[in-house]
Amino acid sequence: MYRGYEAVIGLEIHAQLSTKSKIFSEDATAFDAGDNENLSLVSAGLPGALPVLNRKVVEFSIQAGLALGCEIRRKNTFARKNYFYPDLPKGYQISQYDEPICENGRVIIFVGGQEKTIRIIRAHMEEDAGKSTHFGEYTLVNYNRAGVPLLEIVSAPDLRTPEEAAEYAKTIRQILKYIGVCDGNLEEGSLRCDCNVSVRPVGTAELGTKVEIKNVNSFRFVEKAIEYEIERQVDALERKEKIIQETRLYDSDKNRTVPMRTKEDAQDYRYFPDPDLLPVIITDEMIKEIHLHLPELPSARKKRFIEHYGLPEYDAIMLTAEKEYADYFEATTKISSNPKSTANWMMTELTRELNQANIEVDKSPVSPAGLAGLLKLIDQGIISGKIAKTVFNDMWSTGKSAEEIIKDKNLTQISDRAAIEKIVDEILSQNSKSVLEYKSGRTKLLGFFVGAVMKATKGQASPDLVNQILLDKLKR
Amino acid sequence: MVDLKTIRKIAKLSMIEMSENEEADFSSQLSKAIEYFNQVSEVDTKNVDPMTTPTEIVPHYREDVPAQVVSPEEILAIAPERTGNLYTVPPVV
Repeated sequence: MYRGYEAVIGLEIHAQLSTKSKIFSEDATAFDAGDNENLSLVSAGLPGALPVLNRKVVEFSIQAGLALGCEIRRKNTFARKNYFYPDLPKGYQISQYDEPICENGRVIIFVGGQEKTIRIIRAHMEEDAGKSTHFGEYTLVNYNRAGVPLLEIVSAPDLRTPEEAAEYAKTIRQILKYIGVCDGNLEEGSLRCDCNVSVRPVGTAELGTKVEIKNVNSFRFVEKAIEYEIERQVDALERKEKIIQETRLYDSDKNRTVPMRTKEDAQDYRYFPDPDLLPVIITDEMIKEIHLHLPELPSARKKRFIEHYGLPEYDAIMLTAEKEYADYFEATTKISSNPKSTANWMMTELTRELNQANIEVDKSPVSPAGLAGLLKLIDQGIISGKIAKTVFNDMWSTGKSAEEIIKDKNLTQISDRAAIEKIVDEILSQNSKSVLEYKSGRTKLLGFFVGAVMKATKGQASPDLVNQILLDKLKR
Repeated sequence: MVDLKTIRKIAKLSMIEMSENEEADFSSQLSKAIEYFNQVSEVDTKNVDPMTTPTEIVPHYREDVPAQVVSPEEILAIAPERTGNLYTVPPVV
C-alpha cells in the first residue's frame, strides 16, 4: 500500500542458457573471449548463412519449463522480430512469438513468512544481441553475445510489492541454477530483468497505465527501481497528472528511472514465422526422459530436509538455498549421522570461512567427509565442541583430517576421571576463599570453578565430567 | 490508396530514404499489393491452422559442440569500419 494505491508488477526475466555454443551456430559462448572472437557467419548475419538449432537449447528450455510448472508446447515455432539497431546484425532477432515453447506455469515465493503463487504466462527461446559501447561520435560493437541462447520468462502481473518482485526473481534464479540450465551470474549478465510497473487506487480492478523498466541487472536494483517507480507514479497521480505509457531506464547511481522511449515511438516489430527454421516438434518421450532426470527442486528438497532430517524450517531454507550447499549437507550427514550438528557447523563455521575466502562450497578445502570426521569425534566425546572449532580452522588451512590434527597437537579431550580430579583439587585449594563463599550459598561461583579447570586443561577436559566432579567435591 | 503518412512510416521502419516521387510511386504499388492480400483474406479460414511449414518434419538439430569457423580477422576484413577487433558504427544514442 502506497498512500492509498497498490502496485501491479510483472517481470520479464532473460536467462542465459548454459550451453557451450550459441543457439543457431557453433561459435562459443565463453564470457572471457577476446573482442568478436565468438563470431561465425551466422551470428554475424552474413547473407546466405543459415541457422541450425542447438539441441541443448531445446532440452534446457523443456527442463526449465517443467521446473516452472509450465505446459510444453508440442509444436513451437521461431519468429523474426524486426528492428534496426547495430547490435542486431541481421536486422531482426530470432525469437518466439505466438507459439512459445513453455506456457502457463507458476512458482511459489516466500515473502514475510507467507507463501504466494506467481503465475508464469510464458517462457520462450530467443537469441541475444551484441554489446554496443557508445562514444558520442561513434559506437563500437562486439558481437560475442549475438546468438547466445536466452530463455525469456514472463510472469503474470501477480506481484504487488518491490520485495515480492525481488523474491520472485531470486526464486527463478535459484530454480534455474538448481536444474543447471543457467549459471545465474548477475555480474556477467546471465540474468537480466525488465520490470512492468503500474499503480491503481486500492480496491479498483482496472489496471493503471504500465511503465516498463528495462535491463535491471541485480535483485537489489529490481527492488529499488520498482520502489522508485511506484513513488514516482503515485506522486504524478496525486498531482492529477496522467501516467505516460513508456519505457524507462533505471540509473543505479542516482537511484531513479529516466524515460527511454514513449509509446508513440514504440517499435512495430512486424513479427512473422522465420522461414529459415522448421517448427520445433517435441515428443512425449522427450518430455518424459527430461522429467525423469530433473533434479529435486529447492522447495521439495526443503520439505524433505524438514521431514526426513528433522531440521527446523530456518535451517532447511538456509541449507537448500543452493544445490551444491544442499548436496554438501547430505554428503556430510550420510557419514556423520548427525543432521542437526552438521547443519549447525555448516551454517556457522563453514559458511563463515567460505564467505571470508569468497569460494563456493564445492571448492571447500574441508570436504563433507572431513567435516563428518570432525563431528564424529565430538559425538564420541574425544574432543569438545570448543576444541573442535580450532581443529576446524586448522583443517581449513592445512587440508588435514581432524584425526591427524588432534594427534599432531595432542588435543584429545581429557576424560580420565583421576586426572581431572587432581586438577580440580588444585583449583579448589588455590581458591579456598571462593570455596567458602560457594558453600555459604553463592552457587553462582560454580561457573568460575569450571572456567578455571578448563583453563588449566587448555580446554581439553570433558566439560560434563568437570561439572560432575566439581559438584561432587563442593558438596562435601 | 496507402496514404503518405503510412508510406513514410513503412520507409522509416525499413530504414529506407525516399524522394517525394518515390513516395507516390510506392503508394500506388503498395496499394495494389494490399488490395491483393485483401482479396486473399476473403477466403474463410476459420477452421484452418496457420501453416508455418508445408511438411511436418523433425528439425535437424546441431549438437552443442563449440568450434571457431572464422577468425575475428577474417570476419572483420569485410567490416566497413573497425576499431581494433570491434565494429565501428554511427552513433546510436
